[in-house]
Formats: sequence, structure tokens, C-alpha cells
Amino acid sequence: MSDIVLSLQNLNKRFGALQATGDVSLDLKPGEIHALIGPNGAGKSTLIGQIAGNIRPDEGRVFLADTEITGMSIAQRARLGLGRSFQVSSLAEPLSVMRNVMMGVQALQSHSFRFWKPVARDRHLLEPAYTALERMQLSHRAWTPVFELSHGERRQVEVACALALKPRALLLDEPMAGLGPEGSAKLTELLETLKLEVPILLIEHDMEAVFRLADRISVLVSGSVIAHGDSQAIRQDPRVREAYLGDSDA
Amino acid sequence: MTNNTSLSNSASRGTTVDAAPAPKADRHFDRKGLVQMTLLGLLLLLPVVAYFSGQIYYVNLASRITIIAMAAVGLNLAIGYGGMVSFGHAAYFGLGGYVAGISAYHAFDLTPFMTWPFSVPGSDNLLVIWLAAMLLCGLLALAIGAISLRTTGVYFIMITLAFAQMIYYFANSWPTYGGEDGLPIYIRNTLPVVDSSDALTYFLICFTGLILAMAITSRLMKSRFGAALTMARLNDVRLATAGISPYPIRLVAFVISAAITGLAGALYADLNGFVSPTMLSWHFSGELMVIVILGGVGRLYGPLAGAVLFVMMETFLGGVTQYWQLFLGLVLLGVVLFAKHGVMGWLAGRERNE
Repeated sequence: MSDIVLSLQNLNKRFGALQATGDVSLDLKPGEIHALIGPNGAGKSTLIGQIAGNIRPDEGRVFLADTEITGMSIAQRARLGLGRSFQVSSLAEPLSVMRNVMMGVQALQSHSFRFWKPVARDRHLLEPAYTALERMQLSHRAWTPVFELSHGERRQVEVACALALKPRALLLDEPMAGLGPEGSAKLTELLETLKLEVPILLIEHDMEAVFRLADRISVLVSGSVIAHGDSQAIRQDPRVREAYLGDSDA
Repeated sequence: MTNNTSLSNSASRGTTVDAAPAPKADRHFDRKGLVQMTLLGLLLLLPVVAYFSGQIYYVNLASRITIIAMAAVGLNLAIGYGGMVSFGHAAYFGLGGYVAGISAYHAFDLTPFMTWPFSVPGSDNLLVIWLAAMLLCGLLALAIGAISLRTTGVYFIMITLAFAQMIYYFANSWPTYGGEDGLPIYIRNTLPVVDSSDALTYFLICFTGLILAMAITSRLMKSRFGAALTMARLNDVRLATAGISPYPIRLVAFVISAAITGLAGALYADLNGFVSPTMLSWHFSGELMVIVILGGVGRLYGPLAGAVLFVMMETFLGGVTQYWQLFLGLVLLGVVLFAKHGVMGWLAGRERNE
């Protein structure tokens, strides 16, 4: 139990008659990327919502390391070390990259009811944020407003924001979405080295990236995990082929 | 420490993480400083000139502008910096006014305000009144905000309005303190050492209050709290994901905002020697919003610019025609359509968001 960073235990969520999440259990171990794939409408977003805290599961529990986080708010989970990125970029666009990344550092250090000292000259905020940006190879953009960044750079900033929390686990929701082949390759490379520090639960459409990056893959169809294994096993699994081929037939 | 080496490396490459790069001292920067100093300078200078040429009316007009500007500084913290569109700030302005009025009433009559569970006498000391006004407005805002901030958008606007209207009708129907006729303050409340009944002195007191309110707002918005509040306005999902709950941040900002507006209300009651439910009415909430929008939402000097424009139009156009608000409407229309960042944005250029 102790070397599992994130674990979902028998999560269930229904919206009326629709079983959006059906008895899902998964876990994330140190040093790995665990990919979650599935056709559209498989319930990936609902599942992420339950991990990140914006959707409450009907049944089941979520643990971050040994702490149960099922009933916690989004902010509490973040402070405990659950970093996440969004499918649609969710940065404060008029602000600089630095100001976005600094928020996580600020949350970790203490409460935010500090009214006097200016953040613009607060080394305790700037330095860790800068380190997180360097990790994502973006320190040269630190003072650029987010709206001037390319789509790929915004993706990197999102991950840097999550890293600023010194996370124990990362939850990345389609980080490759909308990236060109070049951007996708660069991010893949970054994530490959990142996973050694922080294990990543990766939700991704880009199959090439998934098969290259993931140590383990879980396949979600109609709210339930229908297959689980390494990329070799998933490639050959008849149920997975059926789900995806059936999907493309339709 | 890898942290330190990477930092010193980057420093040796010529980049630094010490602080945000200073904004280039370009034309805009100077223009903004010039506009702000001119605005403050005129506001300070004109009443002095008027006072020494015996035009007390204009000194009091300047005090009125200053106080309204201060009330708008409070509202601007909620609307402009916090993204909380409160349509009920008259509640705090009026409560501040009633604190001054009721306190003076009991001090004049030598009766206690209350006797149970402990005795609270009236006071004609402005320092006591200001402190009480800010505390009570803060408490009221804590209660109203705690409920209202669970909603957003148009519901927030409506619920803040509803609370303010409740207080308005309460004051209207409470005969002890004059009900709808209002409550006179026969002798202006006093300060130790200085003579608050002197028009220029009172103006300078109000002016100091305005400068303090603006300085506090400015400092606040540069702090960690300000950083969190800015993020709550721009993207509250980002703030929560970064580990900070938006709700308490907003609530505290709402309370500070109300305390500033409440202090302005206390000053206003003493300026006029009168407090009535009009100060609590939704018209005044609307006027404050108009002032904030006219001046420039989320601009430090916006409320001041807006208040100058508003009170000037009210006084001078209002002297010519009772339909002056038609012209106010036209100006507001012009600002909203053509100068999105208000008069300050138009005069002083756009503000960097750093």
C-alpha cells in the first residue's frame, strides 16, 4: 500500500440512468506513467473529475498515498500534492507565466492572507516557480503574458503550474491535444524524464504518445475498465480492438 | 542544492529572478503618472484656493467628491479587483453614516446606545466613530458576503441588492432614529487637537482618508493576498487547482471593501450633518457602480476620476437642468462603448497586468 501514490477503489458514478463510472479501481506507482485511454464518451472526464475533486463519486474511495481524499475540496487535494492539467488550457491569460506558476508555490508555503509584502520581490515565491519553469524548459518565457504563448508552450506552463505544488502525483488530461507533431514530441520527451520524479496518470488520445510513454495502460469503455496491461498486451487485446474498431465503424 | 546552482547559472547568463522586470519607462508610464498627479493635485489645490477666497461651498463640494471617491475605492476593490459585482454597497455606506449619526445622537442626549448585555454610550469622537463604522460594516459584509459569495454572476448581483434593500427598509421604518425622515447630526463629531468643524480641515481629513484607502488597496493588490484575489477574478479554477480556495479569499476582500465604503459613509454623514435612508438606497449602489465604471474598473485612480466626473456633472449640469442624468447616461454610454477602461484608461493608457 505504501508505495502506491494514487489509488482509486471501486469508484461508481451515475447520472440518472447513465453509468458514467462503473466500479473503477486503478493505482499509480512511483516512477511510472499510467495511461488511461478510451473512446469518446467512455467516461474519462467524469473519472478525472472524481480524482481532482470537482465531481463526487456515488461510491468508492480515492487515496493519495495513504490519505483518503474522497471528500476533500480541489484546493485541499492540490495542497496534499495532486497536480493536474486541463484538457482545455486554464491559465490566467493576462498574467505572466510566472504569476500563474507562483500560485502553487504560494499555496504550499502558507495561507494567502498576507497583505503587505509585494510578491514581485519575494524570493521565496519566485525561486521555486522559476525552478518549475526551468524543469519544463520555459524559464526564458517567465515574464511573458500567457496570451502571447503558443499552444504548446501553454501546455508546458500548465505542467509547470502543477510542478510548483511539488506534487506526489500528476494528473494530465490530454496534454498533447492540439499540439503539432513537433510539440507533441517535445512534451513526450519532457514527460519521459519527469515521470522518474513524479508518477503521472495520463489521459491521452494520441495513441503514439501513449504507447511510447506509458508503462501501464488501462482502457475505459462505457465507464468501466475493460483491459489493463503494458502497451504490448493492450495492442493485442481483442476487446480493446473491438472497442476502438467498433468506434471507428460507427 | 540544485535549486541554487540552477539559479546562479541563470544569473551568470544574465537573466535574473529577483523581481519582475521594471516596466519600461515609456511614454505611457509617464503619462499615467502625470494624469494621476494632476488629478490629486487639483483635488488638493482647488479647495485650498476656494477656502482662502471664502468660497466654502466649493470646499464642501471637494469633500463630497473625495468621500464619494473613497466609497467607490471600496466598491472597486470588490468589483474591479475581486470580480464581485456588488449591487448593495449602499448598505455599508449607509451603515457607516448611521454609526456616525446614532453615535452623535446619543452623545448629544447623553443617553446610552444600549444597556444590555453591556452598556455602550454614544460618542462624538470621530476616531471612535470611524473605528466602529469600519468594524460594523466589516461584520455586516462578513454575514452578507458569506451567503452571497456562494452564488455568482447575476445571482450575486441580485442577492447583494436584496440584502441592501432589507437594511434600507429597516432604517426607513425604525422611528427611534428618524425613520424615513433621517437623523440630523447637530454638531459635527470631533477630533482631538484639530477642529473638524472647519471646512478645509474636514476636507483634509477626507483627503487623507482617500489617499490611505488608495494606498492600502495598491499595497494589498501587490501582496500574496492580492495575487490570489486577482487569480480568483481571472480564473478561479486555476486558483483552486493551485491549492488555494477562492471563497475565503473573496470573502476577506469583500469585507475590506465594505469597511472602506463604510468609513466613507461615516465621513459623508458628518459632512452633511445628516443621515437618512437615502444613503442606503439602491440608487446610491447604482451610482457607485456608475462611478467605478466611468473611472475605469480595476484601476487604482479610476474611482477618483469617476467621482470627479460624476459629482461635477451632478452639480453643474444638475444646476442647469433636472434632466442631467440624461447626459450622465450619454457619457456612460460613450465610456462603455469607446473607452472600455474608463476615463483613466482613456487618459492614462492601458494598465499592465503585472
